[in-house]
Amino acid sequence: MSSIQNTSKQRPINIGLKWRYLLYIPLILMAIFYLIPLYVMLITGFKSFEEISLVTMWDLPRSLGFDNFTEAFNKLGPYLLNSFKMVIPAAIISSFLGSVNGFVLAKWKFRGADIIFPLILFGMFIPYQSILIPLVQFMRTIGLYGSIPGLILVHVIYGIPITTLTFRNYYAGLPKELVEASRMDGAGLLGTYWHILLPLSLPSFVVVIIWQFTSAWNDFLFAVALTNTQSWPITVALNNMAGSQIIAWNVQMAGSLLAALPTLLVYIFLGRYFLRGLMAGSLKG
Amino acid sequence: MVRKWFRNKDSVLSVALVTPSILAVAIFIYGFIAWSVRVSLSEWKGLLPNYNWAGFKNYIELFRDPRFQIDIRNTLIFTIIFVAGSLILGLALAILLDQNLPGEALFRGLFLFPMAISFIVTGVVWRWLMNPAMGDRMSGFNLLFTKLGLDFLVNAWHTTPKWGIAAIALAAIWQMSGYTMALYLGGLRAVPDEIREAARVDGASELRIYTNIILPLLRPITLSAMIILGHISLKVFDLIMAVAGKQLPLDVPAIYMYQTTFDGYFYWRGAAISIILLVSVATLIIPYLWFTLRSEAEI
Repeated sequence: MSSIQNTSKQRPINIGLKWRYLLYIPLILMAIFYLIPLYVMLITGFKSFEEISLVTMWDLPRSLGFDNFTEAFNKLGPYLLNSFKMVIPAAIISSFLGSVNGFVLAKWKFRGADIIFPLILFGMFIPYQSILIPLVQFMRTIGLYGSIPGLILVHVIYGIPITTLTFRNYYAGLPKELVEASRMDGAGLLGTYWHILLPLSLPSFVVVIIWQFTSAWNDFLFAVALTNTQSWPITVALNNMAGSQIIAWNVQMAGSLLAALPTLLVYIFLGRYFLRGLMAGSLKG
Repeated sequence: MVRKWFRNKDSVLSVALVTPSILAVAIFIYGFIAWSVRVSLSEWKGLLPNYNWAGFKNYIELFRDPRFQIDIRNTLIFTIIFVAGSLILGLALAILLDQNLPGEALFRGLFLFPMAISFIVTGVVWRWLMNPAMGDRMSGFNLLFTKLGLDFLVNAWHTTPKWGIAAIALAAIWQMSGYTMALYLGGLRAVPDEIREAARVDGASELRIYTNIILPLLRPITLSAMIILGHISLKVFDLIMAVAGKQLPLDVPAIYMYQTTFDGYFYWRGAAISIILLVSVATLIIPYLWFTLRSEAEI
């Protein structure tokens, strides 16, 4: 990955120190722009019902209340649970599959691997609409339509390209000698993978698990096409809640924050790994 | 002898390990695409599959369809505003962050956090922020503008006739510009200090260093970013659904595809739209994959 961590000691623009501090003005203005939606979600969520009014929607809450969060959680709780039941297995299975594929494609090349790899990669960019009709038919046929296991299967399968890519790039960057030395010692394919590469793979597992967790959590198209009211993940439930006229905007804002919170926390605490997944997605691995 | 046998066993094993994934990709991606193509050429309309051959007249009919023409127009407007906006904003932020100011990491984190949340959350919040109600019911950005004395900025957002789709592109820029920022910042950080120094020694002004030296060096990044953002924009679905639902003035191919297939049971038409989407995405992505993987192989 091309690093965005700073390594240069030099100041890129050679202007006076006083002028450099003026650069904070646009930076702060932009930071405010990015924070506005988060600000609205937070302050609305923490207001009590009595305090909710259009006129004061931009004002800070006068006292801390949880009415909106409680109400949103009552409405969305089961769907949040559905999302967790779906993304955790999907992320774990995906990453193991990606690790094995990446290992073979990077370190144990077989004939044709160079042709197969781009064909797998292309699958990461396709508009999923182009496989959606057959997918729905297929899921109906095998009886997984409308179920959480069905959605897990879909995220695992369509996650193969990105997970394979991330692991392949990681393993390709490890020195060849590792594999060769292990072969010299008489270890076979599985032994090399298990004893040599897997223990070194932790950072990539973190990247891929986070990436799959985030994309499955945030997915809407598969979710809306393949689930029913019982198995809706949070994105579908939130979208339906926002579309109904009955549920007040303040509860919608609190609900949005609940829906965003898991991936947001992952980003806050494991941002570095999230970013690596992001860069892998543009092949700049 | 024994070693050779082992190695053969391992090559069989290596193939066996990746076979399930390769089969899955072959079936669930390429097989299903072929299946969609077949549906797009059929007469399938209604709940039960009907594979009677209709041929390419389905595609001709689609391009004559006024709703699909609106979709193409909306996609173009959305793509231009979204891609140009994300590139310009991303580059500006990257240049600001490249100045080694204290607190840079914090700002970087702030600009990127929208990437971690879903288009649905973004859409639901922006739908509220872009509430077009006027008078007593005024809220969101319009209310904020009024409070700040910026009344001239008050507008109807996504309900603006003809140009509403541009307002949705703003929400998309909010979500994705941090990503372009990260791509550009990686590029800027890769520019060696010596190049700037040499230019300064030659008497180039700071502005000229950027316009004549650094920006040209960033051109490959601009191209990659345009392709990645462009293909996202062709596929846009969730964001518009969350901001506006299925409304004709804000229709795009992905929404038409979904609605005509799963609400209207026009399977042939849904499949045809999806294949057109696929072909437009492939036109961007295949050359990109080709060049990226080839330059990777050369290194």
